[in-house]
Amino acid sequence: MPKESLNRLTAHELLQRLDNKQVTSDEILSALKQRIKEVEPDVRAYVRLDKSFELKNSRTQELKCLFQGLPVSIKDNICTDGLNTECCSKILGGFKPPYDATVIKKLKEAGAVIADLKTNMDEFAFGSSTENSFFGPTHNPWDLERVPGGSSGGSAAAVAADEAILALGSDTGGSIRQPASFCGVVGLKPTYGRVSRFGLIAFASSLDQIGPITKDVKDSALLLGAIAGYDPNDSTSVDTPVPDYTRSLINDVKGIKIGLPKEYFVEGIDPQVKAIVEEAVEKLKKLGAFVEPVSLRHTQYAAPVYYIVATAEASSNLARFDGVQYGHRSATPGQGMLQMYQNTREEGFGEEAKRRILLGTFVLSHGYYEAYYLRALKVRTLIKQDFDAVFEGFDCILTPTAPTPAFKIGEKTDNPLKMYLSDIYTICANLAGLPAISLPCGFTKEGLPVGLQILAKPFAEEMLFRVAYTYEQNTQWHKMKPKL
Amino acid sequence: MAIDKNNVEYTARLARIELQSKELEKLAKQLQEIVGFMDKLKELDVEGINPTSHILPMHNVLREDIQKVSLPVEKALMNAPQKEGNFFVIPKVIE
Repeated sequence: MPKESLNRLTAHELLQRLDNKQVTSDEILSALKQRIKEVEPDVRAYVRLDKSFELKNSRTQELKCLFQGLPVSIKDNICTDGLNTECCSKILGGFKPPYDATVIKKLKEAGAVIADLKTNMDEFAFGSSTENSFFGPTHNPWDLERVPGGSSGGSAAAVAADEAILALGSDTGGSIRQPASFCGVVGLKPTYGRVSRFGLIAFASSLDQIGPITKDVKDSALLLGAIAGYDPNDSTSVDTPVPDYTRSLINDVKGIKIGLPKEYFVEGIDPQVKAIVEEAVEKLKKLGAFVEPVSLRHTQYAAPVYYIVATAEASSNLARFDGVQYGHRSATPGQGMLQMYQNTREEGFGEEAKRRILLGTFVLSHGYYEAYYLRALKVRTLIKQDFDAVFEGFDCILTPTAPTPAFKIGEKTDNPLKMYLSDIYTICANLAGLPAISLPCGFTKEGLPVGLQILAKPFAEEMLFRVAYTYEQNTQWHKMKPKL
Repeated sequence: MAIDKNNVEYTARLARIELQSKELEKLAKQLQEIVGFMDKLKELDVEGINPTSHILPMHNVLREDIQKVSLPVEKALMNAPQKEGNFFVIPKVIE
């Protein structure tokens, strides 16, 4: 393979070539840099990247480690020491974290290069299309007039366009999986507590998880293994051993019990998506899996529960942006303290951020707390119980990742509620704390990728990898590349 | 639940956001629609169901009370919009 195409390979393919001394880390970085220069004007997956950006491996001494100098692209809400981390918001303009998030620390220790490759996202991860970014939208590599999904749209588009080898995203209600589905790549939301959230700028603390966005399932297993584990700096991270996930890459699903929730295949689903996912289910059946319909009765209540819980937590987490410690401060002369807060927040937050802060403040406010927030927490219990019951008899659950393929840029920006419903299949994993993966399972007539979602019990990522790997090894979807 | 301009204005004050009047009108309309959607939860009987605020069994995590290195002052202040010496500067609070 010519050196200039190295950026097209997966991380595990590159690592093998590095092991065999067929390539150097510098050659990979240079191929990637060239690719970014070529396609970035169209895709816009990265933020604040000027033409003269640096992409170097400054730590040649540590090349023996797992990643041997491979770069990992990072969503703009994960703190990178000394490198701007702005959540694609005006209110965090210019913010340079004085420390690394735990996942970044772990990646650096594993020999990964963390450069200025920060990816675009909806402001504070509020959105499903990456259109709510202060820096403007990212374009879907499969059709530049369409959104890449969101909120980790930059990470998914960068991987799909071969502008990244590996990327990290964050997932609060589908923000890794839905863009992975729209861009035809693999996105994993780990079990809540599997990966440290220390240094992830919080959106909804009881739902957020950091996870990998990669070109195939094996890379996903490699990257999760590198970032997972207990962290004393995050008291919600769980102290259970991290298995070698690459050992769960077994091409065999014989006897594995898969539940197919009937509530996910009703009205609202695009007929092409439905047909493609049903075909994927047939494939797994042929490969020996045991598939049966199941019921998750409270599915229709998941979206209202999610938008109450997530906005309530967000309104509290975003109280810290007040113009005192970092980021934007209103320059209005002669303002007092309270006025400074109010002007700063009015000027610094975008439209969707304001909408969510207000919603969250409302559902927590006196007189509405019980009717909305507390009620939502109770229904969250019912949703979790639905999954517990199904997992008593099944190893995993299969659904489409999103009800539609990628939609047009601007199509849903005037209708927030319609935008919220594009998360409808992904939010349950967050509400119930479950691990879930999205992998490509076909293309529509228009050439847009469709994602298959697999969910498993808490800490059963190995089951996800096994089923996903088997499906992937027996299909060709992950090898398709967009024409750019 | 009916959401009007007054309601949104009050909530914005709680959230410390000074909304422009044009924004106020648009947001009132949108929030009305979204809260209407959330009202779907009222169909369910939730009597006797425990709320789940956190999905894992949570417990307090305690650590030893020992001295450790913390963020140096200049690093903690490096992102401040306004600073002086070892302090963040804010507008005058007490007249």
